[in-house]
Amino acid sequence: METLGMLIDFTECIGCGECVKACQQFNSLPPNPDPEHLSDRNYTVVLRYEEQYYRKLCMHCQDPTCASVCPVGAFTKTEQGRVLYNADKCMGCRYCMMACPFGVPRYQWSKAIPVIKKCVFCIHEVNGGKETACSWVCPMGATRLGRRHHLLDIAWSRIRRHPDRYVPYVYGENDAGGTSVLLLSGVPFEQLGYRMDLPQGPMPQLTWQVLSKIPSIVLTGGVLLGGLSWIINRRIQIETGDLKENELAGDKEKEVGDE
Amino acid sequence: MSSASGGLSFDRPRLWMPVGMVIFLLGLVLTFQRFYFGLGAVTNLTDRQPWGLWVGFDVLCGVALAAGGFVLTGIVHLLNFERYKSVLRPTVLSAFLGYILVSVGLLYDLGKPWNIWHAMIMWNPHSVMFEVAWCVMLYSTVLALEFSPIVLEKLGQDKALRVMRAFTLPLVIAGILLSTLHQSSLGTVFLIVPGKLHPFWYTNLLPIHFFLSAVSVGFAMVILESFVSGWLFRKSLETRVIADLGQFMVVALMLYLIVRLQDLNFKVGLLNIFDGSIESWFLVSELSLFLLPLLLVFLFRNRMKAGVLAISAASTMGAVVLNRLNVGIVGMARSGGFSYFPSWREFALSLFLVTGGVTVFILCVKYLPIFPESGQEAISEKVE
Repeated sequence: METLGMLIDFTECIGCGECVKACQQFNSLPPNPDPEHLSDRNYTVVLRYEEQYYRKLCMHCQDPTCASVCPVGAFTKTEQGRVLYNADKCMGCRYCMMACPFGVPRYQWSKAIPVIKKCVFCIHEVNGGKETACSWVCPMGATRLGRRHHLLDIAWSRIRRHPDRYVPYVYGENDAGGTSVLLLSGVPFEQLGYRMDLPQGPMPQLTWQVLSKIPSIVLTGGVLLGGLSWIINRRIQIETGDLKENELAGDKEKEVGDE
Repeated sequence: MSSASGGLSFDRPRLWMPVGMVIFLLGLVLTFQRFYFGLGAVTNLTDRQPWGLWVGFDVLCGVALAAGGFVLTGIVHLLNFERYKSVLRPTVLSAFLGYILVSVGLLYDLGKPWNIWHAMIMWNPHSVMFEVAWCVMLYSTVLALEFSPIVLEKLGQDKALRVMRAFTLPLVIAGILLSTLHQSSLGTVFLIVPGKLHPFWYTNLLPIHFFLSAVSVGFAMVILESFVSGWLFRKSLETRVIADLGQFMVVALMLYLIVRLQDLNFKVGLLNIFDGSIESWFLVSELSLFLLPLLLVFLFRNRMKAGVLAISAASTMGAVVLNRLNVGIVGMARSGGFSYFPSWREFALSLFLVTGGVTVFILCVKYLPIFPESGQEAISEKVE
């Protein structure tokens, strides 16, 4: 199955906040969320920069950093493209929060049994199509769901048709290796707090290139250290006369056999 | 058995007891707060800076400062430098206690510590944290086994003692490999945050930096522990042994600084580190502490006195502590909008753990043959 995506065209957003309300309702989040920041009480916010509104939410990376750093594999990327979190597995190390290139996961700091909170890409089957709460409710169609590659085509054709309206960049096409959520904006993305310095390939590579060397480090190191101590010990034994000339040959065979 | 007298007596309780009791009681109250009301009740952590003092100090510094264990066991058992044996037992003990402290500190920091065992069954080999968890788990076991002969000797279990001694070398090799892996991996943990960790510290050589500095501070800790034990238990210093270890430390430090400064020069330029920012102050302080031991050795190269050695070792320890805090907290602060400074409760609980560790160390010295006197040592080591 091909992954779904969500295209959010900030230039079409009128800042009505219906998406935030729908998100609260569909995901049974507590009322009165923080209107300016993502928190453990809201998965998305609508903010304003000069004349343009814009949204923040989990980007649902193609190769999610949170899934790669989690020591117990509490995050999974589903075939549909959602990045989901399993609270039952989580031990609360918060490495996902540190590592997320978009600074999305939120924590329940005031709870004795805390879990991570973030957008779940709540797919609902509505009118024979697939919608999330935010895309379904958007009166302007600023947030829409579709196949990711199809949405990319739409995004680029919009940029080509209205070069004066958009910055020529589809955020999420390749950032951090690509994300399921794609963004269009009339204002440079840095100014909306979206990082433009992210690697254009998957982030998990950064640590995997070290981790993947571990088996060879262990093997090489083990042989080196074992060999080193074997040589040193033998020399000490010979020097102190603990080994006789004629014992050397037979003994050596035995030791090799032991290895 | 040689352990008739156990160890040395500790006769400085008047200084220690009242302070210790206050810290202990406060620690218990805060522990209750932490687990009953959650992390937010006792820490200043936020969504913008989710890791703070307990990761930076209890875990990162804790693991680094316990590096004396693998460094010294390697030197004594692998390279067969027999004369450092006299400081081996206290070093293994403090490394073992250090790792226990790291694990306990982790239980405080984890949001759901009762799930810590999940790392054993829910594998994610792509996670650095997963690898660190396994290494720390296995290495703590290695340290427990390396420590076991001391207990067996006390209990007079000669047969078991002989069995354990047979496993000394494999254990030491396993310990060195596991330590190499997780000491460096604590640096790898931060490879995933380019752009968040300040460029003064972010480099793809982080694992190598972490490993080399751990080796340096391993030597420093053995030296410092000798001084502190000498003071605490009024025992004479092994002057020659620690002077030699001081040389090892200086060589390790030079190696570290060559790699670190070259890398820093290549990434940001050595002159750019004096840019007057907050990070700049922390970096320059850190590097000064790393350089001080080298300067002292150069100035006093023909008369390495105990005092100079103690200052060099303390400086190295300070440098590594500051380095870990810089990577874990200071370097991450700007991307978190400078929203975090540890609460007094976080400091108090860290102090509580350290106090607990020191108390157990003193009790071990009192009841176990940690500092065997030379005569006794000769007997006990002959079991081999």
